[in-house]
Formats: sequence, structure tokens, C-alpha cells
Amino acid sequence: MGNWNDVLSYSGKYLSGLGITLEVSLYALLLSLAIGVVIAIFRVTSSKLLNAFGAAYVEFFQNTPLIIQVFFFYYGSPAMGLNISGLACGTLGLAVYTGAYMGEVFRAGIQAVPKGQMEAARSSGMNYLQAMGYVILPQAVKIILPPLTNQMVNMVKNSAILSTIAVTDLMYQTYLISSDTFIVFEVFIFAALLYLTITVPLSTFANLLERRLQRSS
Amino acid sequence: MEASKWMILFEPKNLKFLMQGLQWTIELALVSIAMSLFFGMVICALRISQFRFLRYPAFLYIESLRNLPLILLIFFTYFALPVIGVNLSKFWAAVVAFTIFTSALVAEIIRGGIQSIPKGQWEAARSQGFTYLQTMVFIIMPQALRKMIPPLLSQFITLTKDTSYATIIGLQELTGQASLTFIEYNNPIQTLLLVACIYFIINFAMSRLGRLVEQRMAMG
Repeated sequence: MGNWNDVLSYSGKYLSGLGITLEVSLYALLLSLAIGVVIAIFRVTSSKLLNAFGAAYVEFFQNTPLIIQVFFFYYGSPAMGLNISGLACGTLGLAVYTGAYMGEVFRAGIQAVPKGQMEAARSSGMNYLQAMGYVILPQAVKIILPPLTNQMVNMVKNSAILSTIAVTDLMYQTYLISSDTFIVFEVFIFAALLYLTITVPLSTFANLLERRLQRSS
Repeated sequence: MEASKWMILFEPKNLKFLMQGLQWTIELALVSIAMSLFFGMVICALRISQFRFLRYPAFLYIESLRNLPLILLIFFTYFALPVIGVNLSKFWAAVVAFTIFTSALVAEIIRGGIQSIPKGQWEAARSQGFTYLQTMVFIIMPQALRKMIPPLLSQFITLTKDTSYATIIGLQELTGQASLTFIEYNNPIQTLLLVACIYFIINFAMSRLGRLVEQRMAMG
């Protein structure tokens, strides 16, 4: 019990770590959504060149480890003469990695909307982007939402890897607290509970959406 | 200058150093895949059992483990388990963490496969006098396997990528060896690109294999 009191006395550190985890996840999420939409559109347009670029992006980033990508930005940017903070490098690495997955999620959603919808929108005088934005994407959202939420869960989990490049997120603080107190077991269990308070509601929400979608179709 | 940073990677000594890391990566991946397949099946069996005292713990296991960061589990198996008297080497600490994490996901994939088989198949088999186990093995599993193989392969690709996390406890697998290499020669861009290509070749081959199996099964 004494150990738990020690652990709880560090709750300020835990919370500041949790704040960084949420901040990084949020920024990376926004960026990866933008990357995902662009990549998905590349993959469904009629241009062969853009198709190939989109496919190459997805294959490359899905088939190489996140930690290599994060290291690339963190250790590679000074070598290229750029001066970017660890937090920014980590967010960027997390975003380009998740962007590949988001791209596939969006593509599946877009392709699930019948072709006639695009043709109808185009024949009523909308340009490609208007048709995409006003007609296709709003319908695709329903299909996209559950896997998108799952990707958000992955994002929060994967953000723990940024502790390896000295981003002071929840994982980093946990490691510090355990080397500070020499308490390992309770310190890690408490961190696990904190992660679960973020990820479990999200993934429960994703399951709920998925079940609703299955019932409606 | 830039060219020499590439050339140095292909010196026999450095190439051999990276290949030693690759060997650890492959061993980690293979052992963890085998173990998480086995435990995934066990957990799935518990998860779909008729008995609540088996079903609920399995549910809790799956939902909590798959919602945790993998590196937290690696830290836990390496640093926290010794506190309760379980001392594991770096390799086995990593394997145990990967297995705990991936078996939860594998269990869900297997469950998804089994539950996608129409109930009529169960009823038909049972009414023909098959026992529960016979129905499972001879009727349900062969059909469910087709649906399970693509998501299982993609999970194993993820696992192969995730073996790189073992570097955080100092296991010298491919990513660990790469870090030592680029610190020594100050060529992070070149080393990381080369290592990314190695991971890519392994995983891309696996995903193509997965697609091939998928097509075969769709035909057969």
C-alpha cells in the first residue's frame, strides 16, 4: 500500500505526461487526416501517376516500422541542416505513418459509395473536388467512422514510442518516475490505467458504431 | 561526402553487423508469431466458451491488452516482472510482451472468422450427430480459416514491424544495430533508409503472399 501512496504522489507528473500524449496525438491526428484524404483522392483519381504515388506512399509507410520513421525525422533533420524540436519530429513521424492507414480507410469509404453518385454530381455541373466534398465524402463518412476511430486508438498507443526521442509524454514520465522511486510494478500499472482511460472509451465507441453500421446495412 | 556515408554501410564489417541485427529481428518475429497464434487460439476458445467464468476474464484480457501501448508492455515484462521473481532475458521479455499483445488481437481475428460462419452450419452438423468439437474442427474451422488468413497475415506484418520496439530494452535487433551504426558513422539518413528498405522487403513480401493466398482461396 505504501508503494501506491508514493505512486499517487507523482500524479502531477503523470498528468503532465498524459497532457503531452494527448497533445501529440491530437496534432498528429489532424495532420494524418489531411494526409489520408489527399492520399485517398490520389488513389481513386484517373491519373496513373497520382495512383502510383498514392500506392507507393501507402505501401512504404505501412511496411516500415514507426520507430524507424520517427528516428529518421529526429536524427535525420539535423543532418539535413534543419532544426526541428523533438516534439515536432515525433508528431510528424506519427502523422506520416498513420496517414498511410488513414488513406486506406478513406479509400475504402470512397469506393463504397456507388459510382453513379459521382457521375450524377459531375453531370449536374460540379467539378471533381466539389463532387468529392459535397456528395461522396459525406456518404462515405458513415463507413469511414468506425475504422477511423480505431486508428485514433492506435495513434494514442503508438505515441508512446515518442518517449524514445525524449518527448516527455506519459510513457517518458512513467519511466522517469520508476527510476526515481525504484518502484516498477505499481508505476507501470498506474500508467497502463491512464492509457486505458483514453483508449477504452474510444475503442468501445468504434465497436458501437461498427455494430450500428452492420445493423443498418 | 554523401556518397561515402552510403559506401561505409556496405563494407563487409558493417553489413555483417546489420545482418546480425536482422537475424534477431527474424527470430523475434517467428517465435512471437508462433506463440501468439497458439495463445490466441486458447484465448479465443475461452472467449467463446459457454461458461461465464472463462468468458469474462478472456474478454477483459482482450479489451485491456489491445488498448495498451506495446512499449509499455515491453517495459513491464523486462523491468517489472523481476520484482515478482520472474527474470527474463531481453529476448524472452520482448517475446512475452509481443505474445501477450498479439494473442489478444489474434483471438479477436479467430473469433471474427468463426462467427462469420452462418448458424445453419452449426445446426446442420450437430443434427447429423457431430459433437461440438467435431463440428468445430471439421465444419466450422475449414470455412473460417479462409476469412482469417488475410487479417492474420496483416497482424503478423504489424508484429514484424513492432519487433523494432525491442530496441528500447537494449536488444540489438535490426533497429538497435542501425542506431549503433549511425551513431558511429554519423549517417542517420543513409542507415535508416537502408534499414527501412530491409523491413520493407520482408513485409512487402509477406503482404503479397497474403494477397496471393486470398486470391487462391477466393477461387477454390
